Amino acid sequence: MVKFLPLKQAVAENLNDGDTVAFEGFTHLIPTAAAHEAIRQGFRDLTLIRMTPDLIYDQMIGMGMAKKIVFSYVGNPGVGLLRRARDAIENGFPRSIEIEEHSHAGMANAYEAGAAGLPCAVFRGYRGAGLAVVNPNIKSVTCPFTGEVLAAVPSIRPDVTFIHAQKADRKGNVLVEGIIGIQKEAVLAAKRAVVTIEEVVDNFDDLHPNLTVLPRWTIAAISVVPGGSHPSYAHGYYARDNAAYLEWDDIAADREKFQAWMQANVIEKSADDFEARVEHLRKAA
Amino acid sequence: MSDNQDFTPNEMMTIAASRALRNDDVCFVGIGAPSAACNVARLTHAPDITLIYESGTIGTAPDVLPLSIGDGELCETAITTVAVPEMFRYWLQGGRISIGFLGAAQLDKFGNINTTVIGDYFHPKTRLPGGGGAPEIATSSKEIYITMAQTKRGMVEKIDFFTSFGHGEGGDHRKRLGIDTAGPTLLITDLAIWKPDPVSKEFTVVSLHPGVTRQQVQESCGWIVKFAEALDETPAPSELELKTLRDLQARTKAAHEGTGKAKAA
Repeated sequence: MVKFLPLKQAVAENLNDGDTVAFEGFTHLIPTAAAHEAIRQGFRDLTLIRMTPDLIYDQMIGMGMAKKIVFSYVGNPGVGLLRRARDAIENGFPRSIEIEEHSHAGMANAYEAGAAGLPCAVFRGYRGAGLAVVNPNIKSVTCPFTGEVLAAVPSIRPDVTFIHAQKADRKGNVLVEGIIGIQKEAVLAAKRAVVTIEEVVDNFDDLHPNLTVLPRWTIAAISVVPGGSHPSYAHGYYARDNAAYLEWDDIAADREKFQAWMQANVIEKSADDFEARVEHLRKAA
Repeated sequence: MSDNQDFTPNEMMTIAASRALRNDDVCFVGIGAPSAACNVARLTHAPDITLIYESGTIGTAPDVLPLSIGDGELCETAITTVAVPEMFRYWLQGGRISIGFLGAAQLDKFGNINTTVIGDYFHPKTRLPGGGGAPEIATSSKEIYITMAQTKRGMVEKIDFFTSFGHGEGGDHRKRLGIDTAGPTLLITDLAIWKPDPVSKEFTVVSLHPGVTRQQVQESCGWIVKFAEALDETPAPSELELKTLRDLQARTKAAHEGTGKAKAA
């Protein structure tokens, strides 16, 4: 049954060295506060799964926490490259990492298959694509009815998934809205799920019946962390801090500058510091 | 079109690309140059065009260009927003997309695109972000448009990695791989408009932008350029097209630098 916990405790109880973990969020609702807590607790040898590993995986890779990454777009969206991830892939700094690369369609199908309890996903993909040559986990199957050759990838089954969401009711049911990305599939595919939220409300009685709600019994722990997605955003609460994404390009370009930034902005900070970071991004409406 | 000479090659590229889109198109929009072109089309001659971004936003109409494919405004102005698996399964794989509009880091003459890696995949000289949605956009959209500024580094004889498949080695290579969509049918650069040869599928220049010479096109391209026998001149941007693009870019710049500070209503 879901527990409301301080983030420090929620991370400590659910993440272990060597885990396969997804911190999901498709540009929207990225669980930055949870990732920063994992960095402070210093986990090692993680297999990090994410469709769009942006700043938080750049940070975790730069801190030497990842032994492997599974991804479909290793960039800073709209800005360019992820410089800590590049340093690890190109130069093995601070450690060499294994990579397993897919397309978005491949990852999305694999998460969905994980949520559906299937061993693999089947879809029409990777035709003529170089990834099918370099990634041994991209295989093919022949449709038994039509003979069409389709792509197959193993399903994604993380030990633990972290997501950020807008709100929970007092019982611990969670609402996700806006660009919902892969949040629901990532939670349902995982053995354990931890959700950070903007706020707790009394109940969901007035919600539209078809919204994306994760029932409380699909979640291990909830932590209330207002602003916990910054510099990503929470639809209805605060806007994306595009300037911070542009600044990251400069911070991550230099190993020492990166370390100094991490020390000042992550290691010496806590989950409570996120709320102030989004103050200027909250909309009047 | 007015005979307006006061525009940059990049403005010409974006506007020429916007003209290729139709009001009834359903367009899967890549970030960067494609995004600008698609929104100029929507704000000029194609007001009902359906723009889809891979974050799941369908029929979006942003006031400013998004920095990422998942900016909040895309969702706020969309007809509907669906989950990412649904986006790729029902809408793209299901055959609902008429135009996939892509940019490229590296492009060859058959419209094959590399945005993954410069050098060897396992020992890269430069690791680029990778394909994201592009591998399946390239094969499941009915047609592909490509837009990029010309450079010798970008337009190469041989790409380092097949992120997304164009016409492969040319000819009927797509068919041989079981791909039944048309693939790249249009390339718009800052200097010219290119279309694939009907048989060889090699991109051929069909129209030069105003003031551009054949020599300039060749000097900024890494393969031997083929020109159509009847070469057109791309009409210069109209006052409306230029004003629409510049206003859009000014709003975008203000919004991105403003760290989300309250926009004018």
